[in-house]
Amino acid sequence: MNMMSEAAVEKALDQKMNTAPYKMTGKDVSVYYGEKRALFDVNLNVRENTVTALIGPSGCGKSTFLRCLNRMNDTIDSCRVTGKIVLDEGDIYDPSIDVVELRARVGMVFQKPNPFPKSIYENVTYGPKIHGLARTKAEFDQIVEHSLQKAGLWNEVKDRLHESGTGLSGGQQQRLCIARAVAVSPEVILMDEPCSALDPIATAKVEELIHELRANYTIVIVTHSMQQAARVSQRTAMFHLGNLVEENDTDKMFTNPDDQRTQDYIMGRFG
Amino acid sequence: MSTSIILLIILIVGLAAYFSGRARAMASSNGKLSALHSLPGYHGVYVAIWSVLPAAVVLAVWLIASPFFVESALRASLPQEVTSQGAATTELTLGQVMSVANGLKLLNTDELAAVTNGSVNLRDALGAKGVPLAGDGELYMVKAAQDYNTMKENSRWAMSAVVLVIAIAGAVFALRGISAPFRARNRVERVMLGALLVASSIAILTTVGIIGSMLSEALRFFNSVSPSTFFFGTVWDPRFSAAGSGGTEGQFGLLPLLAGTLYIAFVAMLFAVPVGLFAAIYMSEYAKPVVRGIAKPLLEILAGIPTIVYGFFALITVGPFLRDISAQLNGLVTGNYVNFIQAQSVLTAGIVMGIMLIPFVSSLSDDIITQVPRSLRDGSLGLGATRSETIKKVVLPAALPGIVGALLLTASRAVGETMIVVLAAGVAARMQLNPFEAMTTVTVKIVNQLTGDLEFNSPQTLVAFALGITLFAITLCLNIYALYIVRKYREQYE
Repeated sequence: MNMMSEAAVEKALDQKMNTAPYKMTGKDVSVYYGEKRALFDVNLNVRENTVTALIGPSGCGKSTFLRCLNRMNDTIDSCRVTGKIVLDEGDIYDPSIDVVELRARVGMVFQKPNPFPKSIYENVTYGPKIHGLARTKAEFDQIVEHSLQKAGLWNEVKDRLHESGTGLSGGQQQRLCIARAVAVSPEVILMDEPCSALDPIATAKVEELIHELRANYTIVIVTHSMQQAARVSQRTAMFHLGNLVEENDTDKMFTNPDDQRTQDYIMGRFG
Repeated sequence: MSTSIILLIILIVGLAAYFSGRARAMASSNGKLSALHSLPGYHGVYVAIWSVLPAAVVLAVWLIASPFFVESALRASLPQEVTSQGAATTELTLGQVMSVANGLKLLNTDELAAVTNGSVNLRDALGAKGVPLAGDGELYMVKAAQDYNTMKENSRWAMSAVVLVIAIAGAVFALRGISAPFRARNRVERVMLGALLVASSIAILTTVGIIGSMLSEALRFFNSVSPSTFFFGTVWDPRFSAAGSGGTEGQFGLLPLLAGTLYIAFVAMLFAVPVGLFAAIYMSEYAKPVVRGIAKPLLEILAGIPTIVYGFFALITVGPFLRDISAQLNGLVTGNYVNFIQAQSVLTAGIVMGIMLIPFVSSLSDDIITQVPRSLRDGSLGLGATRSETIKKVVLPAALPGIVGALLLTASRAVGETMIVVLAAGVAARMQLNPFEAMTTVTVKIVNQLTGDLEFNSPQTLVAFALGITLFAITLCLNIYALYIVRKYREQYE
């Protein structure tokens, strides 16, 4: 009985997500690395409290698009972005926007777990300290516990918070990085192939975590695994050679896609 | 035949051996190179090695050993009345005979005959040719000298013949062994391996030799001065070591010199570390590739300037500038235009040495900062940290062990630096804390004690070795510790 109702709630939630308002909208987004053009006029919108998966063969521009969403491409000298990306009505490439503030609202988890060579506690408090989100030790303690619990890591590390974050296993490190991103209370979390360096068990844990996080956050995830996209996302966007091929419901995408190229890629005919 | 001509002949034989080895290999393959185990060039090199290497080794051994044999034969031929007078007289006579032998080569036949039958004074005859003799020569000396010359001549001819025969025999032997399946490549590579081994052991053995010689001389010093007065003495006053004045005792206290060394090195580091570190941060984190491409080599040119040049920069520019500006400052404040910074001072030497050290600090730290993985920077920037926050809170802490290692390496250079302090620090050995006064360093005193005509038998000169080994121990410890830290850091990100 209980199971039934949970499934029903899930379904209702999914339904709601497909009609949820847009959190971020990208219009005619193009990216150049020096002379080379990596993205061609991509129009892609991201719905609130939804997991959007970006799929496509290597070099198709999905990571490039992801990194446009919190302007991480700015750290690459030769990179140039045109078009318009809006977060809650504000153009994030507007000169008046403080990129530091933007990245606090749009957090990021990277392909390879990259905890700082500091203690677990300091890893989590790094962001809040910079943005002045807490002042007393008690407040920080609360942020740490809350973030680690959200990342499903609290029970594993609560007795060794002051040991080095680099001493954790790969999967734990990646969940620590997620906790670190969550600690800043972002609105959107970008994940760039977060499971590609993890084993299947750690991957399952991270996927479960993504599933739980979608209630409070808008998530955009780049993945090479079709199964992962099908498991964790509600919307899926397919990129090919720097173009957005198709954006659709995940269910529809994997059963009856509109575009032939999507069909071919999902069936494994190229990629 | 002179040695260089013999060497030239060996080389020609080797070259010929190379080409004949190559040709023979080609011939044995019937024009099909793939039939050969090794390329023809390897066969050529193999034959050349067989002809050159043994011949060169024999030549070297002969050149080293033959003087001993000839000399001992000469010693045996000296008359009984000379050898019975003890070792010193024998050595003296031996030396005289050798210079007579050299002189005889310059005489023509008539003069030689006159000298041999004793009608002309030997000393005068040789003196006229520009070969001075210590005493009047005696007749037996002429005979011995002639024998000596003949022996040397014979040895030389025998050596030329033997070496030549060995070179040709080696080439022939190797040539006979060449065939298509012969593994010339492997043999050649084994010889190369041996050469590499010899090269690296030369470097290591030299280090061991230097330490050994310094240690033995230092031990001789500690025979006359006790180690405790040297290491804990606070007065440096070695006096002069005049010949035969064994009575003048100096005081050899290390502490004033050590204090000066460390003080100047400290001032230099105080100057070099912030500047060098900031330069490294700018180069590695902020500079655009174009700027970095120009500025980094420019900075490293500083490292290529000989330290003596920094020395006179300190002596004629920085020192007088500091002295004059201190006089002006003093005049402005008190009305009394007396300089309070000496031209030669801890400050002058420290600043100029600091300038010298900047490229070391910046270049080493730059390498270490760039080694911090990009993913850490991305992680921090992705959390909304600014670039400077990222550097302060993530990059520098991650690079810290490596930077400390780099600073220790730099410090050991500062401690061992000589030319700048010789010119800029002064020679007064005293213990004080005023950086505007002159102090002196261990290296300066080593230079002072070893300049001029010297005999290495008084504590005044031997103390240089004790100072040297102390300095060596300090820098060695610093270097080992620094390398340990740097290596440990490298492992962290591999």
